[in-house]
Amino acid sequence: MIVAEVFGSTAAIGYGLAAIGPGVGVGLIFAAYIQSTARQPESARITQPFMWIGFAVVEVLALLAIAFGFIWQGSGL
Amino acid sequence: MTGQTTTVLAADVPWPPSVHDFFAPAIAPWGADGYTSPWFTKITLMLWLSVAILILYFLISYRKPKLVPTKKQWIAESIYGFVRNNIAVDMLGTKNGVRFAPYLATLFSFIFVMNLWGIIPFFQISPNSHIAFPIVLAVTTYVIFIVQGIKKHGAGYLKHTLILPAPWFIQPILIPIEFFSTFLVRPFSLAVRLFANMFAGHMLLLVFTLGGFVMINSNALLSPVSLVSWVMTIALTFLDFAVIALQAYVFTVLTASYIQGSLSEEH
Repeated sequence: MIVAEVFGSTAAIGYGLAAIGPGVGVGLIFAAYIQSTARQPESARITQPFMWIGFAVVEVLALLAIAFGFIWQGSGL
Repeated sequence: MTGQTTTVLAADVPWPPSVHDFFAPAIAPWGADGYTSPWFTKITLMLWLSVAILILYFLISYRKPKLVPTKKQWIAESIYGFVRNNIAVDMLGTKNGVRFAPYLATLFSFIFVMNLWGIIPFFQISPNSHIAFPIVLAVTTYVIFIVQGIKKHGAGYLKHTLILPAPWFIQPILIPIEFFSTFLVRPFSLAVRLFANMFAGHMLLLVFTLGGFVMINSNALLSPVSLVSWVMTIALTFLDFAVIALQAYVFTVLTASYIQGSLSEEH
């Protein structure tokens, strides 16, 4: 007896799980930048490129998840 | 009447949006399979338009440079000045910064224009949402930072990149990790970052636009919600613009930082 049926792609669940880590990471990066700028406003321009580099490196994990979700959606995995 | 037109609209709407929505039909049909032949598509048109716009814009705005710049000259100079002063010189130092400013400025403006097609009406898709374009850009950067490293350090470049100042017993783990991250992950992540941002941006807009059409046609309770969906589309277009500018900036900053890593004297 089928009580409830779920259909669709598990890639959606996978993406949700994969976004947790980068979400926390990006939050930490901006938190650290705001804190350092609040403590030392004159350092804002010096640390800005590093903030974006860190952001980009962390963010790529979530983006990989998007790409792989589509790559593997039809493969039955 | 209106009900009928929306039905027609909704029937044409491919739902849910998929990868196939990224492949527009050919503009100039060609060869045996006519309609789908990939020789001249919207993507190709946008690529050539981007190149033409950039070359013409920078040539025209700098044809008769004035000491007190005109508006066009001022905009072109501020784009170049932004990349040169805030990215190149800040990260690479004065000498190397000025040396690499032309490449970085070209990279920045090209990626920005290519990304911008994603939110321009009637084009509405960025060529960078096809991974071929980001791959070419990433490989260019990859070749440049390796060649610059070899020019600067000669055969010592590998040692310079792979062997960090660390205790000897940690080196067997560190060297493979450094190799992996510098020579494999860097080009891969550069290409995938740009591609996935543009892909996700287009997909998000598709979900909210097409979702509106699907909802307006579903039932009386859901059809007003489609308005919310379309308002969201407008809001997300602004978000997409932020992402477009940010990704052009991030790609350029990362390229500058990779070149800086190759040119540095020590770690």
